[in-house]
Amino acid sequence: MSNFSVGFRSSGHIQILDLKGELDAHTASELEAAIQKCQANNQVHIIINGASLMYISSAGLGVFMAYIEDIRELGGDIKIAALQPKVYNVFDLLGFPMLFDIIDLEADAIGKFDPSNA
Amino acid sequence: MAVNTHTLTIPSSTSFLEEVREFVTSHATQAKFAEGVVEQMKMAVDEACTNVIEHSYEGNADQVIDITITTMPDKLVVVIRDKGLKFDRAAYQEPDLLQYAKSKKTGGFGVHIMRKLMDSVEYRNTGGFNECCMIKFKS
Repeated sequence: MSNFSVGFRSSGHIQILDLKGELDAHTASELEAAIQKCQANNQVHIIINGASLMYISSAGLGVFMAYIEDIRELGGDIKIAALQPKVYNVFDLLGFPMLFDIIDLEADAIGKFDPSNA
Repeated sequence: MAVNTHTLTIPSSTSFLEEVREFVTSHATQAKFAEGVVEQMKMAVDEACTNVIEHSYEGNADQVIDITITTMPDKLVVVIRDKGLKFDRAAYQEPDLLQYAKSKKTGGFGVHIMRKLMDSVEYRNTGGFNECCMIKFKS
């Protein structure tokens, strides 16, 4: 039984992934499948909404690491928004703010993809 | 406050990591560690067990892992014990984030995280078992 799920939403050309639950070595493959689905559909403007993400381990962080370069090479990005403070602390611990665009509000992340609509 | 010891034995499968995290959270909270510190210990133990499952047992799910938590007035000691392959200290390197992203590597952060979150992380081999012993002090 997994207590992790990924919800899909879109805002124009931007694909938003709503992460819910706990992301660990057991559930990381579900996030990987979700990002692969975006790639297969040529959706490379991706926002990860972490408002309902309660936990992340290095296995979850590893998924972001595995795809960020590919997505950027295709002209896109993975922006991470609305993280709970305790989850943000884990990203921060590993220096992720240096590598990823981590933003408080989803609306601001959308604005960064679409400056004209911000 | 007395010394309390609790042991959880799980099969070597990632599907039991959630149970491990609940075990750590329950006993660390009972021992009156602050919420943020409980989070840190929970993650460190998750990482240690994930490493055992993926590296020591190489994904073989029919082995077992023992997790023993001892709470004392000033600290929590957790020992993760397995009978798989030894942790290769010589091969371990601190990960470099930018290099990792470029090489598209996904793992290797577990030990780094454990060392950042705990006050002490030690590996030893005794009686045919591998043991990872981690300590967190209260203040």
